[in-house]
Amino acid sequence: MTTLTDPPAGTFRLSMLLNDTRYRSLTFQAIALLVLIAAIVFLANNLMTNLRTAGLNISYEFLGSPAGYDINQTLIAYDSQSTNMRAAWVGILNTMLVAVLACATATVFGVIAGVLRLSNNWLVRKLMAVYVEIFRNIPVLIWIIIIFTIMTAVMPGARDYLGAEPKTELLFGMFAFTNRGVYAPAPVWNDGSGLVIAVFVLSIIGIFAYRRYARNLLYATGKLLPTGWPSLALLIVPVVLAFFIMGQPIGLDSPDVLANRFNLKGGIQIGAPLIALWFALSIYTGAFIAENVRAGIQAVSKGQTEAAAALGLRSGRIMNLVVLPQALRVIIPPLISNYLNITKNTSLAIAVGYADITATLGGITLNQTGRAIECVLLLMLFYLVISLSISALMNVYNNAMKLKER
Amino acid sequence: MSDKRADSVAFVRDTFIAEQPAPSSATGVVKWLQDNLFATWANGLLTIVSLYVVYLLLTATMPWIFNGIWNTESLAQCREVLDGSTGACFSVLSERWNQLLFGFKYPPDQYWRPTLAFVLMFAALAPVLFFDLPRKLLVITALFPFTAYWLIWGGTILTPLFALAGVVVGYFVYARFVKNSFAAGFFGAIVAALVVWMLGGQIIPENANDNALLAAVPSRDLGGFMLNMMLGLTCVSLSVPIGIALALGRQSNLPLIKVICVVFIEFIRGVPLITLLFVANVMLAYFFPPGSGVDLFLRVVIMITMFSAAYIAEVIRGGLAALPKGQYEAADSLGLDYPQAMRLIILPQALKISIPGIVNVAVGLFKDTTLVSVISMFDLVGMIRGPILASTEWNGVYWELFMAASVLFFVVCYGISQYSQWLERRLATDHR
Repeated sequence: MTTLTDPPAGTFRLSMLLNDTRYRSLTFQAIALLVLIAAIVFLANNLMTNLRTAGLNISYEFLGSPAGYDINQTLIAYDSQSTNMRAAWVGILNTMLVAVLACATATVFGVIAGVLRLSNNWLVRKLMAVYVEIFRNIPVLIWIIIIFTIMTAVMPGARDYLGAEPKTELLFGMFAFTNRGVYAPAPVWNDGSGLVIAVFVLSIIGIFAYRRYARNLLYATGKLLPTGWPSLALLIVPVVLAFFIMGQPIGLDSPDVLANRFNLKGGIQIGAPLIALWFALSIYTGAFIAENVRAGIQAVSKGQTEAAAALGLRSGRIMNLVVLPQALRVIIPPLISNYLNITKNTSLAIAVGYADITATLGGITLNQTGRAIECVLLLMLFYLVISLSISALMNVYNNAMKLKER
Repeated sequence: MSDKRADSVAFVRDTFIAEQPAPSSATGVVKWLQDNLFATWANGLLTIVSLYVVYLLLTATMPWIFNGIWNTESLAQCREVLDGSTGACFSVLSERWNQLLFGFKYPPDQYWRPTLAFVLMFAALAPVLFFDLPRKLLVITALFPFTAYWLIWGGTILTPLFALAGVVVGYFVYARFVKNSFAAGFFGAIVAALVVWMLGGQIIPENANDNALLAAVPSRDLGGFMLNMMLGLTCVSLSVPIGIALALGRQSNLPLIKVICVVFIEFIRGVPLITLLFVANVMLAYFFPPGSGVDLFLRVVIMITMFSAAYIAEVIRGGLAALPKGQYEAADSLGLDYPQAMRLIILPQALKISIPGIVNVAVGLFKDTTLVSVISMFDLVGMIRGPILASTEWNGVYWELFMAASVLFFVVCYGISQYSQWLERRLATDHR
């Protein structure tokens, strides 16, 4: 009787490092490690030699010294005496701002265009195909510059809006589109506005609670409560009531055309670079999202819709209960990677002079201090942290939404 | 058996009614319009709104385009000719066309060289893109990089000749040793090529460029759309093999190799291309040996290649993961070792699956080559924003220039994506 045993544990010979599969992987990894160490030593040695020759060193002290430049659009208090670190924070917040805005609008554009690409209407279908192809095939940098040029070269100057008889009227008496950006009314919070906001937050919580209650009731008893109209009512009625009961505490501060002879005063100013970047990223990425949405809806096989219809579901419920949950599983992962792309593409702000992190830390601070290596490393670290955290979120989502199989 | 007789039934039809044509509302244009444009009220409304949008777009652009002026010297003259009427000033394109294509420093009497390289590019790409063509045409593809380098940069022909010699020697070494072991062939080829290149570097004299047949053009004089094409083509073709290696490394069983590949890929994919271009611009020079003086073009090529290699690696990893496990096991059970299994079984199938993704990366990368304008290289966008819009003659001509740039990019990118769709249909071997 023969049994299969391990090969005899003979003495170890040097040639086994290459010829024996048990040891070969170790050999390869050892070689790879040596090559890696050699490469790192070579690069680090070059870096040290070059820095010594140029009389430079690596130091992050510049972050604490005054930046010495102004930033026109900031979310936090900043002036030219603030530190470089503060300027970087301004940049980080500006990056976040434009990324969040662009993600929101790109999703809206993308969903609309993607759904319309599947429309029964031939003309609409073709128009959307043209939109998608044009925007996907032209670099986003060109779109940013085109929209920035529209903002700065075509829009009227702020002076056209000024005076008692202006050349151009404010839109709705509130919005001014000038070559420096858009002036919009700013909300004014008076006494009692906190209560209105509290009511608003509470009614949103109420909506979620109601929908949860309706769903549990449906699953438990099969009784179907309406959700659409009650939610809308819950959202609007309490807030409006609170608003008038408290005596209209929230007002709007529209741009004032008479206050100043040279410029509009009051309201919020949204600079032209921000608008160009925001809008260009939205329509460009919207075209990509449209394709994802279309693919996701088409990925749900027709049999699913038909089966749901055969069970007697109405078309709205077919969409909500059968098609969308399956389509979303296909749509959301590429959607999130598109959000990631938007976040990374906000670095193109430097082309139109929007003060994001690349323009502050990687642009002006780098040029003024000459700390190229430190600035670029910090810049990469920032983007890396953002990207990795978004990827981590995506993995959590994917695991939660994974088809649960036995 | 029925006992009913014919005359007991009230009516029996014994002739057919003549065939009628379908009602006019159910055929032809009317039916098409009804089905596709006016199926419901909402749909009809949508059609009318869309028609109005199309009308607005056409009335805004058509007079401007067809009323365009092509032959004036400056924007001021253009405005004189137009005399207040709507019209484009396309003269900027006809006057600055060469600058848009080649940059503003490339010697004008040498424009035929990049043009010839551009034509040769099609001959070189054809056998790669359309594999019905005879395989022997691949010789043109193999020679193209060296020819194109010599044509565009000029200088002594010895440089591309030695580069070619290194590759040829490497190939022969590979062919000689690959039968024994893939690793011996592969690394032997690299070492042999390096040896030839180093010899070449010693042999080529310092002043070889002085009386060369083609005048030498430094890298910083390259520009325009040519720069975009060169960066796109070079980086994509370099990054495919690197991407394959990274993808295999990431799938590997060797933990150290896997960690190296994962860190590299995730790092590159986590940062925007602009930061990598900053690295190329201000940082990378510090990492080369002192005095090596690697020029900006080469540094940018290195960084963009690393960038696209990481993305291509992820695409190919998707292809590798999509292959059924049986393929790997079948290759093992045939007794193939790792390089054989990869070259003969796994990669041909995985690469086929990955082609659409690779083409997507290539299109995205080609569009991203415009970012080099941010680090003050004068590519197409850099030319428009820099020398042309800053010149006194053409200060203020935006739309014509941006339209030209958009059209150039659209033609190339749309062409590539159409090719990819054709290829996907061509490669679809599962007869569904």
